[in-house]
Amino acid sequence: MKEVILLKNGEIALKGLNRHAFEDRLIKNARRKLMPVGSFHFKKAQSTIYVEPDEDGYDLDEAVDRLQKVFGIAALTRACVVDKDFELIKTTAAAYLAEELENAATFKVEAKRSDKTFPLKSPEICAGVGEYLLEKFPHLTVDVHHPDVTVMVEVRDYAAYIHGSQIKGAGGIPVGSGGKAMLLISGGIDSPVAGYMMAKRGLEISAIHFVSPPYTSERAKQKVIDLAQKMCSYCGRIKMYIVPFTEIQEAIRDQCPEDLFTIIMRRYMMKIACRVARANECEALVTGESVGQVASQTIQAIACTDEACDMPVLRPVIGMDKDEIVIISRKIDTFETSILPYEDCCTVFTPKHPRTKPQLKFVKFAEDEMKQEELISRAIENIEELSISNS
Amino acid sequence: MPEEIYYDNSATTRTREEAAKLVYEMLTDCYGNPSSLHRKGFQAQKRLDTAREQVARSLGCQSSEIYFTSGGTDADNIAILGAARAQRRLGNRIVTTAFEHDAVLNTVKYLESEGWEIVRLTPDQNGQITAQQVLDAVDDKTVLVSMMAVNNEVGSILPVGQVSRLLRRKYPQLLIHCDAVQAYCKEPLRLGKTLDVDFLSVSGHKIYAPKGIGALYIKKGTRFRPVTFGGGQEKNVRPGTENISGACAMGLCAELLMKEQQENHERVTQIRDALLDGLTKLPDICINSPSDATPYILNFSALGVRSEIMLHFLEEQNIYVSSGSACAKGGASHVLSSMGLEHQRADSAIRLSFGRYNTLEEVPVFLSALQQGLERFRK
Repeated sequence: MKEVILLKNGEIALKGLNRHAFEDRLIKNARRKLMPVGSFHFKKAQSTIYVEPDEDGYDLDEAVDRLQKVFGIAALTRACVVDKDFELIKTTAAAYLAEELENAATFKVEAKRSDKTFPLKSPEICAGVGEYLLEKFPHLTVDVHHPDVTVMVEVRDYAAYIHGSQIKGAGGIPVGSGGKAMLLISGGIDSPVAGYMMAKRGLEISAIHFVSPPYTSERAKQKVIDLAQKMCSYCGRIKMYIVPFTEIQEAIRDQCPEDLFTIIMRRYMMKIACRVARANECEALVTGESVGQVASQTIQAIACTDEACDMPVLRPVIGMDKDEIVIISRKIDTFETSILPYEDCCTVFTPKHPRTKPQLKFVKFAEDEMKQEELISRAIENIEELSISNS
Repeated sequence: MPEEIYYDNSATTRTREEAAKLVYEMLTDCYGNPSSLHRKGFQAQKRLDTAREQVARSLGCQSSEIYFTSGGTDADNIAILGAARAQRRLGNRIVTTAFEHDAVLNTVKYLESEGWEIVRLTPDQNGQITAQQVLDAVDDKTVLVSMMAVNNEVGSILPVGQVSRLLRRKYPQLLIHCDAVQAYCKEPLRLGKTLDVDFLSVSGHKIYAPKGIGALYIKKGTRFRPVTFGGGQEKNVRPGTENISGACAMGLCAELLMKEQQENHERVTQIRDALLDGLTKLPDICINSPSDATPYILNFSALGVRSEIMLHFLEEQNIYVSSGSACAKGGASHVLSSMGLEHQRADSAIRLSFGRYNTLEEVPVFLSALQQGLERFRK
């Protein structure tokens, strides 16, 4: 029995003339994702992509697991390929789906006939296959509204495909079809989730992280690298920029009013992120900010940080509660890593009472005392670049 | 200028050359299973017997009283759980100290959840527990006393010998366990009349043997229930195929270290004193180790600089120390807080712990690095 995997692309199907660009990107991402499993052949037809293994014996369960994390796929299923012979279709359906049907109480058959030369019409296919299955599995009854198992028979140009119920895919649109963005990643729970959400909307993610040795440790840096690696199962490869931040933080501590430490630090991060982003073809920043969560995430503080940026700042978790964010972080498997207790640079020199409603003019006044340009360019010069992937 | 300064010998030590070579030989040549009936097994058995003999000699007991374990934690668990369960019908009270190693504290905490009454004695500001304190806490319902020989964070030497003698006279039924991991081969430790305990735990990797090996002394005739089950190895106290390469390395290290014990003690005392001298000249340094502590451990607080920051700063200069506090996020060391040190002091504690590789030349290098750190972080 020859098996393939069918990918149903949800939202992409609605695209107009540039639909093929999205599909090509999806195929490229899926192919890379499947590389450790084996080499596959991809075919597009209507809103379905056919993934055919080049050789027998690949682990298709593993392939399906991997494809479930590829954005742009609304649903997927393994399917059996047979010649367009009705007797063969009936026997194959019974054999291929035997286990599922054994364990079900109700079923229905759905048919799609895009090859109009096939002698039977769709309702006739349904009836014929249904009758055969009822005979083979006498315990089953037909339920066309809420069946336990839906048997799909698709008669297409070159062959017929038989499969059972579909699995939900990751949804979204293919990573990379929407350009590149730079994620500010801290090691907390929120930023990996923010990165994941923007990847889901088709952005390719690069990441920037700030370290302050000796205030922060090697382990804290490794933790962020581990987080980025976990994100890779959804985002593909991630380019990571590690910025040495000690000098800037010490300068802020020495030269700025204590209650503005945090906001000025955030502004420095944004400025550096913007420059690194621009130099690496990123067109937006992504942060894990959520309104009101901490002092630097009030709308007044966000207004102050935004003023330091000259590109759009995307904040996908802005309106979410912590527990909503945690649910996603558990789903993408970053939660356990995020809660490891290492100091990160955001908690170095935290003021006792940070200003929750900072005013831009005071912030700028304090910043003007500093040798900003020098500090920023020195930090950027000493960036460490890493290429992160998980295969 | 030394390449690196390793002042974290109480965490673990660099395996000594002789031991590493012996491990290699055991793994590649004498690899038999001591339980096998053939010659290969018998050879391994003989090596294991020698190792047991060596460890026994280092403690002054019989080799039949030594049981190899996977380390100090394993030994503590087996001793405490095994003793408590064997004594169940005699009482339900266990006396220990509040600043034991986690291997003891968490084991008694588990017993507490099973309904045991646990008494945790609080040390004084000098990290000391008096024999009288222990005597006052023990009653007829008490079945086990567990007390460490040397505290692992501040180095105070507890009067375990005295406690054991006093308790023996008054409560002959009572069992006594001693976690001697930090004292082993460093401070005098002779089992017998002067140190009359029923259980004593020691670890291999603190005496230059590899990680994954330790030993438990169980006095002959002691009531005991095994806590793990298997093929009868180590007389069922710690079943599972023996880690013979580790055991042999530990035996060898114990033997060698006992020969050097006095020499090492003297040199380490010189190093400790030189550091102490330098530290007291620096501003705002509090010494947390008592003056009569083991010279192998020196704990101090650099007020105003959080331990972890200083630790990472020193690490950049290849100097390795330990922070007094277990975790940066609020959780100050349970040892220091049990001694009643205020938060700021516990939060800035640094533990230096020495070993046979340390030299006096390292002292000024360390002190100047520390001073740089203080100047930078105390702004």
